[in-house]
Amino acid sequence: MRISTIRYTVKQGLRNIARNKMFSIASVATMAACIFLFGVFYSIITNFQYLVDKAEESVAIVVFLDEDITKKQKENIEKKLSKREEVLEVKYISADEAWEEFQKDYFGENSDAAEGFDVNPLEHSDNFEVYMKSVEKQAELVEYAEGLEGVRKVNKSELVADALTSVNMLIAYVSGAIILILLAVAIFLINNTVNMGITIRKEEIAIMKYIGAKDSFVRAPFVLEGVIIGVVGAAIPLVLLYFAYEKAINYILTKFTIFSTILNVDFLPASEVYKTLLPVGLLLGVGIGFVGSFFTIKKHLKA
Amino acid sequence: MIELKEVTKEYAKGIAALNGVSLKIEQGEFVFIVGDSGSGKSTLIRLLLKELEPTSGKITVMGKDLGKLKHKAIPYYRRKMGVVFQDFRLLQDRNVYENIAFALRVTETPTRVLKKKVPAALSLVGLAQKYKSNPKELSGGEQQRVAIARAIVNEPSILLCDEPTGNLDPVNSWEIMKLLDEANQRGTTVVVVTHNHEIVEAMKKRVITMQKGNIVSDTKKAVRKS
Ligand SMILES: Nc1ncnc2c1ncn2[C@@H]1O[C@H](COP(=O)(O)OP(=O)(O)O)[C@@H](O)[C@H]1O
Ligand SMILES: [Mg+2]
Repeated sequence: MRISTIRYTVKQGLRNIARNKMFSIASVATMAACIFLFGVFYSIITNFQYLVDKAEESVAIVVFLDEDITKKQKENIEKKLSKREEVLEVKYISADEAWEEFQKDYFGENSDAAEGFDVNPLEHSDNFEVYMKSVEKQAELVEYAEGLEGVRKVNKSELVADALTSVNMLIAYVSGAIILILLAVAIFLINNTVNMGITIRKEEIAIMKYIGAKDSFVRAPFVLEGVIIGVVGAAIPLVLLYFAYEKAINYILTKFTIFSTILNVDFLPASEVYKTLLPVGLLLGVGIGFVGSFFTIKKHLKA
Repeated sequence: MIELKEVTKEYAKGIAALNGVSLKIEQGEFVFIVGDSGSGKSTLIRLLLKELEPTSGKITVMGKDLGKLKHKAIPYYRRKMGVVFQDFRLLQDRNVYENIAFALRVTETPTRVLKKKVPAALSLVGLAQKYKSNPKELSGGEQQRVAIARAIVNEPSILLCDEPTGNLDPVNSWEIMKLLDEANQRGTTVVVVTHNHEIVEAMKKRVITMQKGNIVSDTKKAVRKS
């Protein structure tokens, strides 16, 4: 393609937008509404996912060791567990630490009650706490750990793991469904809007074709127009949402202190959410703008 | 240059807008096509542009069988011909200069060539001063002259005109015919559909008369026969 053709295409695309102001505004608004909905939905889902992930990471299986275990065997177990892909962290809890934790959990403030014990009653209770990236594979990991030499037994929390796994599945299904619906609505709306614009320009397209313009030459300014509308239509709600997000998080954390104090919940910062939302949102805008204009104009290029 | 063999076009089954038309136009000819409204003149033009496909028959233009022309090849084919319509068909979103330039832009003509050719075409039709105007600001005669400038700027082999003076007064009509004749003098084959009997009689060119989808008379054949 020649430079002069590119220049013509860009100029014409921009002029199309300026000339059909109402159409352009309607398209940008439609796109913005769709991307905004997508952004809100995405923010909620990722935060939910974040909470679930954190919950998953705090679920541990506990690997108890044989009483006559050698140091070498212990090291071996730790190494083998750490190597596994689903494992986030392997923490060694010595017998003393185990006893301390036990006291804290069962006697709480009134530690006098524990003073009757001279020797550590949990002497042989040193263990590994194994934290997982994702609890889905808990059963597998437990089986593996039980098979290791020097392991006495493995404690697990099947109920929590199962619950978290099904919540994860639910999130995946719900987000898949909502994204599909949103996408369908967006394409339908954009298609309608672009159609409205093209009907007005049908005559123009016909003239261009009489004069010997190739399909790509006729199409290029329209597609560029669609892409620009897509980018602007995506950028506006993404910027708005960025500030709205921070506000919303602050509001929730200050108004509903239960989240931060009792549930010990925090939310993802906007910058974290936007690492994915920004490129995906812009890409969606560009993609819908491109696909919408490309296929709508294709219909009018047949003759 | 242009040859039709037994060409039939039916928009709806059984009703022929063109009914087995055969016709030959040589390079450099100037041909008028006349006939009542609905006799198939525009259909003929649209077939030559390959905007329509014939129901049956064969059309050959510039040595090409139009039936075998692929969709992708159509633009290149159309660039070798100029078209002029009754309703001008200028692009309303750009000025006179850009309307004419468009015919060169589609062929990816370099800007430097474009800057010479567009003013030259405008001078030919006598509108050198109006290059910045919008089509809406021009009279009918001026708009049609812009359309002719656009049609000839690529120096086409064939010029197809469907009632180019249909919306114009006699003075402007003559102006347009003069421009078409000049293009013909420069070597372009010109086909003009018209209702203007006065002009047709005065210009003494070949005249093909159509009626209900048939050619009922052709002065060229008449001459040959007599
Ligand atoms: N797009 C179309 N669909 C159906 N019938 C058409 C169409 N265009 C033209 N016709 C019919 O074909 C016949 C020839 O039309 P046309 O070629 O436009 O005649 P002319 O240009 O000589 O007035 C007419 O009967 C007309 O009604
Ligand atoms: Mg007609």
